[in-house]
Amino acid sequence: MALINLNVNGKSQQIDVDPTTPVLWVLRDHLQLVGTKYGCGIAQCGACTIHINGVATRSCTLPVSAVGNQEITTIEGLSESADHPVQKAWLEHDVYQCGYCQAGQIMQASALLNNNPNPSDEDIDAVMDGNICRCGTYTRIKKAIKTAANLKNA
Amino acid sequence: MTIVKTTFGRRSFIRSTTLAGGGMMLGFSWLASCKPTPEQVLNMPKEWFNINAYLKIGENGLITIMSPNPEIGQNVKTSMPMIVAEELDADWKNVIVEQAPLNTDLFTRQLAGGSQSIRQGWESLRMAGASARQMLKEAAAQQWQVPVEEITTDNGMLSHQGSGNSAGFGEMASAASKIPVPEEVTLKSLKDFKIIRTSRKNVDGPKIVTGQPLYGLDYHREGMLIAMIAHPPAFGMKLKTVDDSVAKSMPGIKDVFTIKTFNDDYKRSAFDNSAFTDLVVVVGNTTWEAMNAKKALKIEWEMAPDIHLDMDLFGRQMSVHFPAGLENTDTHKAQMAELNKKPGKTVRKDGDPIKAFKNASKIIERSYSCPFLAHNCMEPMNFFADVTEDKAELAGPVQTPEFMEKSAAERLGLPLEKVDIQMTRMGGGFGRRLYGHFLTEAAVISQKIKAPVKLVYTREDDMTHGTYRPAYNALYRAALDENNNLVAFHVRTGGIPESPLSANRFPAGAVDHYLAEDWTIDSNITTGAFRAPRSNFIAGAEQSFLDEVAEEAGKDPIEFRLELLARAKSNPVGERNDYEAERYAGVLELVKEKSNWGKEQANLSRGVSAYFCHNSYVAQVLDMVMVNGAPVVEKVYCAIDCGIVVNPDAATNLAEGGVVDGIGHAMYSELTIKDGVPEQNNFDKYKLIRHSEAPKSIEVHFVKNDVDPTGLGEPPFPPIMGAVANALYKATGKRFYDQPFMGSSSKVLG
Repeated sequence: MALINLNVNGKSQQIDVDPTTPVLWVLRDHLQLVGTKYGCGIAQCGACTIHINGVATRSCTLPVSAVGNQEITTIEGLSESADHPVQKAWLEHDVYQCGYCQAGQIMQASALLNNNPNPSDEDIDAVMDGNICRCGTYTRIKKAIKTAANLKNA
Repeated sequence: MTIVKTTFGRRSFIRSTTLAGGGMMLGFSWLASCKPTPEQVLNMPKEWFNINAYLKIGENGLITIMSPNPEIGQNVKTSMPMIVAEELDADWKNVIVEQAPLNTDLFTRQLAGGSQSIRQGWESLRMAGASARQMLKEAAAQQWQVPVEEITTDNGMLSHQGSGNSAGFGEMASAASKIPVPEEVTLKSLKDFKIIRTSRKNVDGPKIVTGQPLYGLDYHREGMLIAMIAHPPAFGMKLKTVDDSVAKSMPGIKDVFTIKTFNDDYKRSAFDNSAFTDLVVVVGNTTWEAMNAKKALKIEWEMAPDIHLDMDLFGRQMSVHFPAGLENTDTHKAQMAELNKKPGKTVRKDGDPIKAFKNASKIIERSYSCPFLAHNCMEPMNFFADVTEDKAELAGPVQTPEFMEKSAAERLGLPLEKVDIQMTRMGGGFGRRLYGHFLTEAAVISQKIKAPVKLVYTREDDMTHGTYRPAYNALYRAALDENNNLVAFHVRTGGIPESPLSANRFPAGAVDHYLAEDWTIDSNITTGAFRAPRSNFIAGAEQSFLDEVAEEAGKDPIEFRLELLARAKSNPVGERNDYEAERYAGVLELVKEKSNWGKEQANLSRGVSAYFCHNSYVAQVLDMVMVNGAPVVEKVYCAIDCGIVVNPDAATNLAEGGVVDGIGHAMYSELTIKDGVPEQNNFDKYKLIRHSEAPKSIEVHFVKNDVDPTGLGEPPFPPIMGAVANALYKATGKRFYDQPFMGSSSKVLG
């Protein structure tokens, strides 16, 4: 066990934890931030996607000891009141079915738009292919990303 | 205008104090939808008045509607309350939705399965709203001293034209809660619907996009421990010994022990299906610690014996055979092919098929197969349990809470009424969570360690301890006469361990000489319902066979089907045909029109398919192009007849999902077995469809009629597999008979 300082959603947190623990489980079990989901544990499904200094990262394979003082943003910290353009677009298109993978999709999509404000279909596929939606909401996700891009650029 | 007696489901209208807010294990914020929404004008009321089990009204007019059924992503948590709100004449923006707990006294059929929630809930949900509206009207009539028949309702308001009185529902809620439940109520005319048939947003949307706790895996209680289980590495094996000395001493580990999920003398039901019932359990403070300790277990496994298990399969008492041994996919395939060479059990025979085949001008014979599939719900199996000496509190994702309550009560030695189940939103179901052994496991673990505990499956546990879609095989034969008319049709099919045959479905009824036979092969691999069980294979097989028969007959594939359906309508063969030919033809006509069938663009390869299951009709046209030698789905047109569509945009979403899901499983997914071991245990080896492989667009059209609603979660899924196969043929010139069409070697992305 080790005392580790983290910056999560703009807040400093100190936790006493096995330093090999993936950030996913630190968020879920230690900080009660359960918006970040467990799907596979091997960075293959994208359900656990968070931002590390704004970069989309799979938290299920990232040891907490590797984060240092980088900024962690989770779905809970993406906006103050569900008003991030990606969240607004997701609500507008009523994207989700079961909804379980959507936090990961939203975090991946918001990072995409930070780097590429007007992504093409191919850009979206390339960046989003690591995020599985078992319910098959892919066509709505694509539409919502385009809506979010318009909202962001407006 | 329909008058209905409220006797059916009458117990649902008993006022329940337990639903008033006290005693809710998970608390209001967990189970309620995210209202107030931005457009909402009302704050939370000071007081709630229970009108019936389905709804309560605050003094300020805010309404809480209970959603009785489990939510697996099919959106019943929005659409079921919409039906109540419609008959209540509520203002939807002042409605909060709350997930009802399991309560068999108050609600009927709290189950997510068979695409039946809306169909079977339709009448009781309407009555719940209509009887509450009647009670509000009677309260107003008493207060205003006017005849109740003269009172009208609209958008959460009561009014009486003659006297000029009007009041919001909230103002009458207290008085209405004291009015006796009416003996009969009048339901609205369909033409007066204001909420049903309009698109309403998912009530959990705001929570989903902000990552609020909703799912079983998100459940947390102070002092809760985390449990993980280890099960045998192969079907056909069982636990022998465990050395837990290292695991027990690891940090954060509370205990390691073994459990038995079911007692030996317990008669298991279909929903107690699980191959591995002797398990090693690790209990720790956190998930990561439990995961690590599990890896440190040293377990010896041994061969399981041949088992004959007496089971209660939906009321039928059957002895189910799980043979000893380590099975293999290769052997399964050979066994199935072998059985298709000899006659099976005749399930339906019309005319003289043997003679008709003998006299045929042309015979077409083809075989189709599909592999086991894992459900792969994105939220792995899990359950919370807090079992004490006199009661059990259970919470988590299960599609069959009523059945699993009985199972858990029996196993725990508690009376049924002392077992409480709360239904969390589920991260997918697809049939996997009909089999709730994980609920019973969690309960047994909590009872043993005398603490609240959440059982969590890893993805590997989830994929290798599945109740898979059975593997199937089908042989089809068709006989054409000299004028290329289909004169005889023969299907011989079976699977491991069940047959996918629905002998009375199309084309039965449309062909003079018809023979349907089947067979089964026992196996120790656990299988169960997977989105549209049986149909999810046989639809694709039959619809690609019909495509080939149409081609051999020189007919357009849609016209060929329509001709057969016209025959089935005007002069059906046999009397037990399990479909309405007119509605079946209706979806084909609709998809033909919407897809501009017959006016194809040169570069597009099109496939058509249609199927009837779960009381609904679906026809699909799929457009494919080849890009660098790989098939890309450009567009799918989908026509559906599922009667009245309660929530059109959500229904469209569900149909889009069914299309994507069907394309994915037909093209890419399979679970193979080697020496009893599932060869895929995570998404690096098990391929699911991803963004870039989904259709570029999907157009969904519903047949407009006034038929009571029928199933939607399953029906769009099975036929698309046939449309994929038929489009692939057009695109490549090659017929695809064995799923997954792209094989397991296709690229897996990370």
